[in-house]
Amino acid sequence: MSEDYLEAQEAHMSEDETELLSEPTPEQTDLLKHLSDFGESRRHFLGQASAAGLGILAAQLLAEQEAKAASNLSNYTSAEPGVNAVAAPADAMTVKLKINGAEQSVSIEPRVTLLDALRERIGLTGTKKGCDHGQCGACTVLVNGRRTLSCLTLAAMSDGQEITTIEGLAKGEELHPMQAAFIKHDGFQCGYCTPGQICSAVALLTEAKNGEASYVTTNFRTGAKSLQLSDEEIKERMSGNICRCGAYPNIVAAIREVHTGRDVAQNWSFAEKELTDETV
Amino acid sequence: MRPFNYSRATEAGSAVKDVSANKDAKFIAGGTNLLDLMKEGVENPNALVDIARLNLSQIREMNGGISIGALARNSDTANHPLVRQNFPLLSQAILAGASAQLRNMATNGGNLMQRTRCQYFYETAMPCNKREPGTGCGALEGVNRIHAILGWSEKCIATYPGDMANALYAFDAVVKVRGADGKERAIPINDFHRLPGDNPEKDNNLVHGELIQSIELPKNNFAARSYYLKVRDRASYAFALVSVAAALEMDGSNIKQARVVLGGVAHKPWRSAEAENTLVGKPATDDTFKAAATAALKDAKGFKYNEYKIELGRRAVVRALQRAMNGATA
Repeated sequence: MSEDYLEAQEAHMSEDETELLSEPTPEQTDLLKHLSDFGESRRHFLGQASAAGLGILAAQLLAEQEAKAASNLSNYTSAEPGVNAVAAPADAMTVKLKINGAEQSVSIEPRVTLLDALRERIGLTGTKKGCDHGQCGACTVLVNGRRTLSCLTLAAMSDGQEITTIEGLAKGEELHPMQAAFIKHDGFQCGYCTPGQICSAVALLTEAKNGEASYVTTNFRTGAKSLQLSDEEIKERMSGNICRCGAYPNIVAAIREVHTGRDVAQNWSFAEKELTDETV
Repeated sequence: MRPFNYSRATEAGSAVKDVSANKDAKFIAGGTNLLDLMKEGVENPNALVDIARLNLSQIREMNGGISIGALARNSDTANHPLVRQNFPLLSQAILAGASAQLRNMATNGGNLMQRTRCQYFYETAMPCNKREPGTGCGALEGVNRIHAILGWSEKCIATYPGDMANALYAFDAVVKVRGADGKERAIPINDFHRLPGDNPEKDNNLVHGELIQSIELPKNNFAARSYYLKVRDRASYAFALVSVAAALEMDGSNIKQARVVLGGVAHKPWRSAEAENTLVGKPATDDTFKAAATAALKDAKGFKYNEYKIELGRRAVVRALQRAMNGATA
């Protein structure tokens, strides 16, 4: 967009719209920083926004959002004081989950998926919503240690189960070996599929140890334990996790390293010196 | 997703009664297909009875064969020592389907109940006699690349999408179901799913509310020579365009017994008696396999975009039989 165009647009703006696009007041800045936080805080922001004088245009947009949020399944109740609480639906049920070692209790409608409960109610947004139809694997979590698609699981179906999400893999500051290997081998580009890829890969290790077969496993009738997986095996076993950036070779390298316990050379390195006009 | 009442069954009898009493109620176990269809608005039950924790997940030896619980997970079934040792074709068929995550969730009973992946069935803006009887078939003159070439009707050309069932047909499995009267009945697998005919809305012959309890597979002599071949648009995690469950039992150099079941070609797994009869008593050569393949696809008729499945089907039958003969899973 050219500056001329922008100036022409500004000439047509109302006072409110002009105010909206001008430098925010300290009060507005304070509210805006809430936007970067989790959903509950964001709704807190939405509740106060109209009073903050952000302008009619903004207020309209926010009112729409607020209406949507109010009808959103995730927004029925909140234990957090000061947060806009919406009455629980008539058919709300209490579901107890053990998430990353901590007991959590959520009051939800039956149609809330485990994925939405994790992200919208419990605030664990590491688990990603990709396709929401069981076709991409971005929502993979471990349920009782087994990789599971949280988008095709109702939270109610998981009552009493142990859930491990990407947030639960590291021990404090120490990354899970699979997380460290994904970083070493650059097993991602945009990173959106990564939590699902890593949870899936962690389960893959256990499955191989238990001798579980895949479609490409040969001689599987005897049921040997502690399988040593080829790259072909890793690819087949990871086929439920799609990566649109195409980081597959690096994902396979990361998994191979952790699976074999042997260092795998990374296929990238930092440039040795900065590129200049002379070197280009 | 429309609102629904959720309850968890503690006992099979009451679960069957609850669903039988409400025509809009459904069982849910793994949920991998049902929840997807509910999100799409294709399925709109007003009540879900969660049966996942009922005690129906055992896999055990039975008269030399096995009984597999309806609620055993696909991954546990494929990896059970008895299945791997004596029914490797079943292991392979299960492992050819879906992804590791979905196989951890999906149950054996639910797998039999999964619905077609016909795009016109999924797209609620399109006509579909299966989803909404009497509205017509969008696929008949539409994009019918993944559709049926055998056993279809003018009302419906959708295919049964599963892999596991193709192996069950090869083993003459029997599905044990429980009805509202508390009695158990046995359905031979070949009578479980239906061809579309005039009632494509019916995928199978279960009465509403009947619950699959177990699937029984009799003893067989195919374990040394069987193979599940799956041809699809990508190497993994895709539905079959054509698949073949093939099994052979040899008597010297001649074939004593054979099984040929095609997937992805009809409204149900397509067991070809013609192909099997062609194989029995003959030497296990490529010529024999080609004759069987020709017999299996003899009555096939395709549409604008799926004619390719006929030749693909023939070649897939030959290759599956070759690999079975070579003991590819042994």
